[in-house]
Amino acid sequence: MTEAPAAPVLAVRHAQKHFGAVHALKDVSIEAYRGEVLALLGDNGAGKSTLVKCISGIHPLDEGEIVLDGQVVAIRSPAAARRVGVETVYQDLALFDNLTPAQNFYCGREIAFPAWLPQGLRFLRGRAMDQEAAAVIERLKVKLPKFDAPVALMSGGQRQAIAVARATVFARKVVILDEPTAALGVRESRKVLDLIVQLRAEGNAVILITHNMEHVIELADRAVVLRQGRKVGEMKPDRDNQRKLVALIVGAEV
Amino acid sequence: MAEQPEMAVLRSRGDGLFARASVIPLALRLLSIGPVLILVLLAVLFSLLTPNFLKPGNLGNIAAQTAVIAIVAIGQHLVILTRGIDLSVGANLALATVIGGLVFRSFDSAILVMLAMLLSGSAVGAVNGLVYVFGRLPHPFIITLASLSICRGLALELAIGHTTMRGMPELITTIGGASTFGVPNSLFVVLIVTGLAVLMAKAMVWGRWIYAVGGNPQAALGMGIPVRAVLVSTYVISGLCAGIGAIMLAGRTAASSPLYGNLLELDTIAAVIIGGASFLGGRGHIGHALVGAVMIGVIRNALNLLNVDVFFQMIALGLIIVMAVEADVLRNHLEARARVVQASRTQ
Ligand SMILES: Nc1ncnc2c1ncn2[C@@H]1O[C@H](COP(=O)(O)OP(=O)(O)OP(=O)(O)O)[C@@H](O)[C@H]1O
Ligand SMILES: [Mg+2]
Repeated sequence: MTEAPAAPVLAVRHAQKHFGAVHALKDVSIEAYRGEVLALLGDNGAGKSTLVKCISGIHPLDEGEIVLDGQVVAIRSPAAARRVGVETVYQDLALFDNLTPAQNFYCGREIAFPAWLPQGLRFLRGRAMDQEAAAVIERLKVKLPKFDAPVALMSGGQRQAIAVARATVFARKVVILDEPTAALGVRESRKVLDLIVQLRAEGNAVILITHNMEHVIELADRAVVLRQGRKVGEMKPDRDNQRKLVALIVGAEV
Repeated sequence: MAEQPEMAVLRSRGDGLFARASVIPLALRLLSIGPVLILVLLAVLFSLLTPNFLKPGNLGNIAAQTAVIAIVAIGQHLVILTRGIDLSVGANLALATVIGGLVFRSFDSAILVMLAMLLSGSAVGAVNGLVYVFGRLPHPFIITLASLSICRGLALELAIGHTTMRGMPELITTIGGASTFGVPNSLFVVLIVTGLAVLMAKAMVWGRWIYAVGGNPQAALGMGIPVRAVLVSTYVISGLCAGIGAIMLAGRTAASSPLYGNLLELDTIAAVIIGGASFLGGRGHIGHALVGAVMIGVIRNALNLLNVDVFFQMIALGLIIVMAVEADVLRNHLEARARVVQASRTQ
C-alpha cells in the first residue's frame, strides 16, 4: 500500500464510555487515514461496536474528542455524522426491508423539491433517485435480481452489498463497516470485500470491524486491537504476525 | 448449474410447491392483488344471490355506510404502517360529534362546528402520539386504550345524559347525508381524503419516512429521520380522520351522540388488515384500507339483503380477519424463501 499521508482524516482521542456499570471504552485513541483500511479487532464485547457508534453519532462519548480533518467536531446524531462525511454500515444491517434498493439509498436524504419547503414536506423525485442508484449499483457491479422490488426479497449478500453501496455513494471522508461479512457465505463475502477495496481506492478512510483474520490480512493496512474496552495494540497485519495479532485479541501471551 | 444441488436441498426440505423459485413471485403477486380479487368475486356472488345488490340505490347505501369506516381506516392505516395501533378512533369520533353538537347549541355556524370536530379529533390524536412517544411507552396499545375510555367517558359526561343530541347545521347534513346526481356526497369526501393520503404517503418525503419508520425504526433513527415526529404525526392524522368521520356521521344522522363509533376501532383495523396491509409495519398501500372498508361494507350490506342475522355477520367478519392475517403470515414466509433462493443463485 501507499505511504499513509501525514494527517489523519479522523482521530478519536481519549474516548471514555460507560453503560451503567459497564466501562465499555477506556481511554481509547485511534486514527484513520485516507486511502487506508483500518481493521478494528477484538473479542466479543471488546467495545468495537461501541467505539464506532460513538463516532457515528448513536452514542455520545462520556469523555474524549473526535477530530475530523484537524477540527474537533461534536457528533450528536447519526444525521450529524453523515453531514460531516462519516458513513456507517451497521452490524445489524440498517436496511429497510420494505423499501426498494433506490429508496434505501436515499432514505433520510431524499432528492426532493421544492427547496424552499422543509425536507419532510417536499415532493420526491423518484425517477432521479432510481436512475442515480441504478448507476451506482452498475458502477459497483452489484448484481440484483430486480431493482424495483423491496430488499426483503434479496439474499444476505445482496442486501449487504446494497448497504455498502449506499455508504459508497455518500461517503466523503470515513466509511465504517461493522462486521459486513458476518452473515455471508464465501462468494457473497467476496463481493463485499471487493466493494471495500473500491471504497479505499476512492480515497476514503475505511474502518473495518471483522472477526475474520483472513480478511484482515488480505485487506487491512493497519489493525487496532481492543480488549475489554482498552486499546491493547496496533500493527500492520500480515502472515508473519497473524499469531501475535490473535494473541492480542484473546489476551494470551505469545 | 451451480444452483442444482442447493435447489435439491430446498426441495428435499419438503417445502413442496414453494421450493420452485418461479412460483414465489407469482404467489406474492397473487397475495398482493388478492383483496381486490376477493372483493370483485364477492360483488359478483352477491349480485347473483340478490338482484337488489347492484341497484344504484343500494350501491349508494353501501357508499354512505362505508364512508365513515373508510375515512377513519385511512388514518388507522398510517398508524399501522408504523407498527402501531389506534384503539381510540371510535370514542374519539363520538367525542368529536358531541363537542360539535355543543358548539352548534351556542353558534349556528357550520364552519365553527366542523372546525370544533376536526380540532377535537386531532387533539386526541396528538395526546395519543405525544404520550406514546415521550412517555416512552413500549406500545401504543395501552395509551390508545386508555384514550378510548377517557374519550367515551368525556363524551357521555359532556352530553349530560343524552344519548342523542338532535340537530346539525345544514352544510354538515348536506356533506354527510345528501347526494349529488345520485352519488352520495360522502363518497366525494372519501375520494378527497384518499387522494390527499395517497399524495402524502407516496409522493412526499414525509410519507416515505412513515414507511421507513415502519420498516425499520432503528435504521430510521440511524438515517437521521425524525422518528418521534413521524410517529406523533400518524396519530394526529388518525385523530383528524376520526374528526372527519365525525362530520360525516353527524351529517348523515343530523345528530351527535356519545354512543357513536362503537367498535369502529375494530372495523377500521379489520379494514386495514383485510385490505392487505401488514401488522409488521411499513407494508401496504392506502388503497388497501379503502378496499378493506368497502369489503366490510359490501359483506354487511349483502348479508342484510339476504336477511342473514347480525350475529352471523360478526362471525363472518371475524373469519375473514383470520384469513387476512394468515395471508400476511404466508407472505412473510414466501419472502423468506425468496431470500434463500436468491442466495443460492449468487454466481
Ligand atoms: N447500549 C448498551 N447498553 C449497555 N451496555 C452496552 C450497550 N452497548 C454495548 N454494551 C456493552 O458494552 C460492551 C462492549 O460492547 P460492544 O458491542 O461494543 O462489543 P463488540 O466489540 O462490538 O462485540 P461483538 O464482537 O460481539 O460485536 C459489552 O460489555 C456490552 O455488553
Ligand atoms: Mg459489535
